[in-house]
Amino acid sequence: MRSCVDARTEELPVAVRAQGLGKSFPGVRALTNVDFDVRHGEVHALMGENGAGKSTLIRILSGVHRADEGTITVTGAAVPFRNGRFPGSPGEAERAGISVVHQEIDLLPNLSVAENIGLGRQRTRFGLLLQRLMRERATAALARLGIALNVRLRLADCPIAVRQMVAIARALDVSAQLLILDEPTSSLDAEETARLFTMLRRLRDGGLAIVLISHSIGEVCSIADRITVLRNGTRVGTWNAPELPPAALVEMMTGRTVTSGERSSVAPAVLPELPALRAEDLACGHVLGPVTLSLHAGETLGIAGLLGSGRSELLRAIFGADAPDGGTVAVKGVRVRPGSVRASIAAGMAFLSEDRARDGVFADLSVGENLLMALQARCGAMRPIPRTEAKAIVDRFIAALGIRAASADAPIASLSGGNQQKVLLARWLAIEPTVLLLDEPTRGMDVGARAEIESLLASLRHRGLALAIVSSELDETVRTSQRVLVLRDRAVAGMIESADVSEGAILALVAHGGDPA
Amino acid sequence: MNASAMHSWHRWRSAIAWPLVAIVMLLLVNAAFDWTRTGTFAGAFQRGGFLSIVMIDGRPTGAIMDTLSRGATVALLAIGMALVIAGRGIDLSIGTVMAITGVTAAAVVDRGAPGWLAIPAALAAALVCGAWNGFLVTIGRLQPFVATLILMVAGRGIAQALADGQILTFRDPVIEFLSGGRVPWLPVPVPLLVAMLAALVTFIATRRTAAGLLLEAVGSNPGAARLAGIRERLLVFVTYVASALCAGLAGLIECARVRSADPSRLGLSLELAGIFAVVAGGASLAGGRFVLGGAIAGAYLLQTMTTTMYARDVSSDVAPLPIACVILAVCLLGSPRFRSDLRAIVKRGKQ
Amino acid sequence: MTSDSTHSSGARHLPTMIALTILAALLTFGSIRFDHFASVGTFAGLFHEYSFVGIAALGTTLVILSGGIDLSVGAVVACTSVIIASLVERHGVHPLPASAIAVALGAGFGAAMGGLIERYRLPAFLVTLAGMFVARSFAFWIEPHSISVHHPAYAWASMSAVLRVGELTIPLRTMIFLGAAALTMVIAHATPFGRYVYAIGGNETGARRMSLPVGATRIGTYALAGGCSALAGAVFTLYKQAGDPASAVGLELEVIAAAVIGGILLSGGVGTIAGTIIGVLILGTIRLLIDFQGTFNAAWTSIATGVLLLLFVGLQEIIVRFERLRARAARAASGRG
Repeated sequence: MRSCVDARTEELPVAVRAQGLGKSFPGVRALTNVDFDVRHGEVHALMGENGAGKSTLIRILSGVHRADEGTITVTGAAVPFRNGRFPGSPGEAERAGISVVHQEIDLLPNLSVAENIGLGRQRTRFGLLLQRLMRERATAALARLGIALNVRLRLADCPIAVRQMVAIARALDVSAQLLILDEPTSSLDAEETARLFTMLRRLRDGGLAIVLISHSIGEVCSIADRITVLRNGTRVGTWNAPELPPAALVEMMTGRTVTSGERSSVAPAVLPELPALRAEDLACGHVLGPVTLSLHAGETLGIAGLLGSGRSELLRAIFGADAPDGGTVAVKGVRVRPGSVRASIAAGMAFLSEDRARDGVFADLSVGENLLMALQARCGAMRPIPRTEAKAIVDRFIAALGIRAASADAPIASLSGGNQQKVLLARWLAIEPTVLLLDEPTRGMDVGARAEIESLLASLRHRGLALAIVSSELDETVRTSQRVLVLRDRAVAGMIESADVSEGAILALVAHGGDPA
Repeated sequence: MNASAMHSWHRWRSAIAWPLVAIVMLLLVNAAFDWTRTGTFAGAFQRGGFLSIVMIDGRPTGAIMDTLSRGATVALLAIGMALVIAGRGIDLSIGTVMAITGVTAAAVVDRGAPGWLAIPAALAAALVCGAWNGFLVTIGRLQPFVATLILMVAGRGIAQALADGQILTFRDPVIEFLSGGRVPWLPVPVPLLVAMLAALVTFIATRRTAAGLLLEAVGSNPGAARLAGIRERLLVFVTYVASALCAGLAGLIECARVRSADPSRLGLSLELAGIFAVVAGGASLAGGRFVLGGAIAGAYLLQTMTTTMYARDVSSDVAPLPIACVILAVCLLGSPRFRSDLRAIVKRGKQ
Repeated sequence: MTSDSTHSSGARHLPTMIALTILAALLTFGSIRFDHFASVGTFAGLFHEYSFVGIAALGTTLVILSGGIDLSVGAVVACTSVIIASLVERHGVHPLPASAIAVALGAGFGAAMGGLIERYRLPAFLVTLAGMFVARSFAFWIEPHSISVHHPAYAWASMSAVLRVGELTIPLRTMIFLGAAALTMVIAHATPFGRYVYAIGGNETGARRMSLPVGATRIGTYALAGGCSALAGAVFTLYKQAGDPASAVGLELEVIAAAVIGGILLSGGVGTIAGTIIGVLILGTIRLLIDFQGTFNAAWTSIATGVLLLLFVGLQEIIVRFERLRARAARAASGRG
């Protein structure tokens, strides 16, 4: 890990102070007595695992949710909050100087950049928009960020990184005191991230208060001045960045000491001759260059790389979720028809997507129905699974994976994210595949559940399954994989064999792409 | 009864509960009107009363039987529409398909063919319409609204062209059986029998196989359905064919009733009746879970309202007004925000 | 929210350009095939005949742009014509205030539907369908049959209220149509309200996050649509000199077809008022061609409309898919996978 930059330690004026914030939702206490302050001229990172309360805190600050207890003070706010304690609506928060840029960059693709920056705050004459004024204002707002852009462009014609700049320009255009960025780098590549951070530093040096939510420890260390860690709805502490090295940071976030996890057992003594899965020159338009890999029964292949390097696209292309433009896929030596999900499943493949809401969960249906869906689909519409058999299978998996649900007939929407993820995993295990393709299988699970799943996957491997796992967590990859395929910029950067697997080796390939330049 | 059967039963019960309650209330309202008219409570059951059932030629007649018979058409449409909507689609063309089917049957009979040949020919025409819609939606990837709008618009013209702009009349015992026939040992109108048969077939096809569940999955999340290995395109295609076949049957029954096929008026506005029936039965227009019983109950609710209007001498042009209000009320009651608004108003009224 | 490829510049303008081309092609075909077709009078006549359809289409276009739909158009036209006729004939009200009242009622009706859709999140499709039934039944309840309107103001309006521009005679209804069209175009492109309409159609959640007045705008679009439909009804009554509850059946479908042909995306956010007007003219031209032909009957208009719809929707699909590929290539080329 790169060492953290020296942070300023002078006492800077406070921009926004939150005291004693508490918030409950039906059934769960999201925040308890949280104090949080942000100073002018600092980048303050907010960190914590999923469910720690980061999103709730941000939503209270930005007026989306109302706190149950506590107060928020914005120094320099022209008008106090209507209820005196916190913003009652996003509009009120914005007027007080708190601006948010969300992870999804929800802007208007069919309107121009100028309109995206200026709409809702425009001046009019006789009810008519002053288009030229709006364009000038937008150009000025972007210039403040150090960007020159044709503001007449439709937003849909701009790449995501540019859209993010537009979102930030809009957020800052209203004399913001505080800028909150929620996972700003999740859709950016390394170059775009660097440019974003340069701009953030510039804004910070100009006196802006910035809150950054991120899951990336490396990024946080490179940009943050102070770090606040939340765990289970309470504030664990706030540190100046150099005082909190990565290992300590992770300890604070998880509440347990980081053990260098046992590398799950050695590669099988003899790899079977015939690979369980072989993809040759698999390419998918411009999102995936020709990739060749082999996967053997009884091994776990980790797939690592930065966001955008093509990891998910690779799995999707192998499974046929996206139709590849070229290359072949073979299971146990038999060619599988490319681009056909049903053919892949029939050949013994299974695929767990990283976006469970979009690609996995049938929200209207019950836990049991969700669990049996792939099995039922394979049996076909004409052969329903008998009720007793269905119940037996569902009960078995609920027990095996530790799925916490009121019953098998409960609607799947009533389960927590992590439990929903387990149901989806069970869906694929139920068809007894020979090749299991998993994209971020432990997403949304807490540390305990993660460990359960990791040991389950290890036991599957011992029973002869071939696994390919995409993960953003380097330590998880190192712990569970025999070999690691590293992708960079939509092509293979290299393959790390069993003995050499380590976080450092992976990062080296990611950074340098395999050539010693 | 095990847990999942219990859940299905609950779902079924809540789907048909509201429509049934409303139907019973309407029957009571009609009985009340008859009471005022005749002065006695039994007036409703006597000849001329709404709830009366009089045997003529061994066949039961009366407003109730009329409702059961005419409602069968709407019920057929609702069955087909329920399947399409479950798959996250919509079929605006069912009215037009009724017209095309009726005109085809009449035209075939006109050319001298017997009824038992005309019926399959007409249903084949309906099948082609359904396949066309299914093709546009699954292969052409058009939005269902637009895809079926095309047939809805063009289909009238097709029906009119097939009939040379005329209203075709015909006399054929087989076809007429569909409306006025009598099955020896069952004192039940034939249209109702056809509808119940269609409902039974659909129930077996969707609930005694896995097709119903897979269809619900497709409607709930089409992308996830594909990734789970479900043949969503085939399922959706079949729903459009089924919807068109149901519409075809309904068209034949309607033609049989008046012994003619009017290409301009047959089935007019009935797609709306189908959609209303399905919504009144508790289904969501966004697809997913569906209950056939709910759609049929919704269809009969619609028909009971229509018959009530006629019995009260409300002209057929004005009758849709209260019906539309009732449908709107049903939808509003389904909205959580409305329910809380209502509670707030009631609370404020109590103070 | 529709995907990016539907909003990129290429996808936006092409369908309207194609619609214009088709209109030109149809007119050219007509002038070659039939005598007397290629006269200014014919084309002007097209405008005049379809002015009331055009007026109704203006409001509906705004609704569709915001991602909604309005199925009550025809019913509101009929109901308005009956209300005006009843007020003038049975209650002695002068046509001008009668029309004003009717337009106000239409706008109010639209606002009510919009309110239900917005507040209770009911599907627009269903609410406006119910509205269609309510309006049409109400019309029949007021006047079961068509009634003629006899009022000197009407006679004057239809005969003498014309503008002479050179050889052209522009009747009142066309003036109203052109005026309303110009006003609507200004609203759509140059007022905040119009941009909010496009915003909602493009990304409603985003628009809400940006604190744009989504609710008020949505209700406004339905109110405008109701007002336009009512205005169309007033114009219709003016020229038919009668109020007819059975009129304008299926008008909403014609308007939707015209909008689609003119380049509107039914999912919202894409399309122009001008495009819809071109669509209306195309439909009118087809009917005109069929009239001139004489031997075909009305059935073929419906079939032709259906075929055109199919062609245009298919075209939109192809363009969107093409744009998607192009965008993927551009993104990859700029380094983002």
